[in-house]
Amino acid sequence: MKAAATALAVSISFLAASVVLAQSRSSGKSPVGATPIYDPVIYAELQKAPEKARNRPNPLQNDADAVAAGAILFAQHCAECHGNSAEGSRKAPSLLVPEVQTATPGALFWLLTNGVVRKRMPVWSKLPEPQRWQLVRYIKSLGGSATAVDSPVPKP
Amino acid sequence: MASFCRLVLLGFFSFSLSAVFSPPPALAQERPYFVAYDHYLEEPGNLEIEYFSTYGIQRGGNNFHAFWTECEYGATAWWTTEFYLDGQTTFHDSTVFTGFRWENRFRLLKREHFINPVLYVEYENKNGADKILKEVEGHDVEADFLVSNAEAQKEHIHEVELKLILSSTFKGWNFTENTLAAKNLSNSPWEFGYALGASRPLALKASAKRCTFCPQNFIGGVEMYGGLGDRHNFGLHDTSHYLAPVLAWNLPSGWTLRISPGFGLNDISHRFLMRWGVSREITGFGSMVSRLFGGHQ
Repeated sequence: MKAAATALAVSISFLAASVVLAQSRSSGKSPVGATPIYDPVIYAELQKAPEKARNRPNPLQNDADAVAAGAILFAQHCAECHGNSAEGSRKAPSLLVPEVQTATPGALFWLLTNGVVRKRMPVWSKLPEPQRWQLVRYIKSLGGSATAVDSPVPKP
Repeated sequence: MASFCRLVLLGFFSFSLSAVFSPPPALAQERPYFVAYDHYLEEPGNLEIEYFSTYGIQRGGNNFHAFWTECEYGATAWWTTEFYLDGQTTFHDSTVFTGFRWENRFRLLKREHFINPVLYVEYENKNGADKILKEVEGHDVEADFLVSNAEAQKEHIHEVELKLILSSTFKGWNFTENTLAAKNLSNSPWEFGYALGASRPLALKASAKRCTFCPQNFIGGVEMYGGLGDRHNFGLHDTSHYLAPVLAWNLPSGWTLRISPGFGLNDISHRFLMRWGVSREITGFGSMVSRLFGGHQ
């Protein structure tokens, strides 16, 4: 009985420690205050998308509902970390910056699919492909005409 | 021990209530499986509180209702940790607390591949009255459940369980295969088991309006699980197997409901198991805890 109680206490302690440690580690490199994190390493992940993935066009490019559906998906799955308007937070970077807005839809789709698990960005392949493309449409719709590149890079 | 467990259960109940009613919920995109696991882990900092039930038809004995509560936390994007408390009621017998489990799942690869491996490591501290059938291993059969609760509780089980989860997503379908190896730490042989699953949302595109009954909120599928004997007698001989359709309904409020009727595939399996569960995902739980301890988030 004593052994069971000890094991239970140890397990709960480990669980609590994992929560606290995971959070302190995630906030360790973040600046003080509410400034969103700006970590070039995270944005550089977009450049790692293979050319084939980068050049994939968004199959929902002409879908009239894609941006609205993407906005709902964003609020449900992304806003907690990236902020309600994708402005970024202490947990995750802004998606309004040129690094993201000038990325091709294919590169954004690739990043959503693969995540950046070492930097706390989860793998989002649990969302079906069309939903990930809807998210890409929404994210690209935030950038304004000055920076957005909403079509794949033409092949040389 | 009983009063200690009551205290722990009360603590968990209060904790669950406070967690459920304070922070903002997120739409969960939860797997429908009860036994099989896919390669998707909890999002970092999110907590999912879950309650599951299994109602079992017992031949030659009393039917039972086994239940467990589960707290699943995304420690990082590659590590999810879970804590379970288990109990059961055997009709015309008694209701007993049957133990606890601490489970960890680790994503092994950085990126998404055609097959995605996840390592599962679990410690179980339970007694012989455990009937949740969260997995079937070794030579687990229906007749094992005929023992009275008073007698079964005398058996204490300390077990380590390892699983290799191999999961793929293809055209909206998830296919998963889990291989299980479990070792009772009190000098018993390694036991083996398996679970297979396939599931798909009823619609792949999201609706442009918030909705409760949209087909993309429902995920249907099927899972199959069973034992594979032990180190001395590996194989299908004297093992039980189940086939179970599964359905999950992810509500926009953050709740997920699951249901699964399971059918025994041979004479030594339970003929019928009815499972259901309810869970809620709490976003930003880690940040909330961090703030409690003076963190900035």
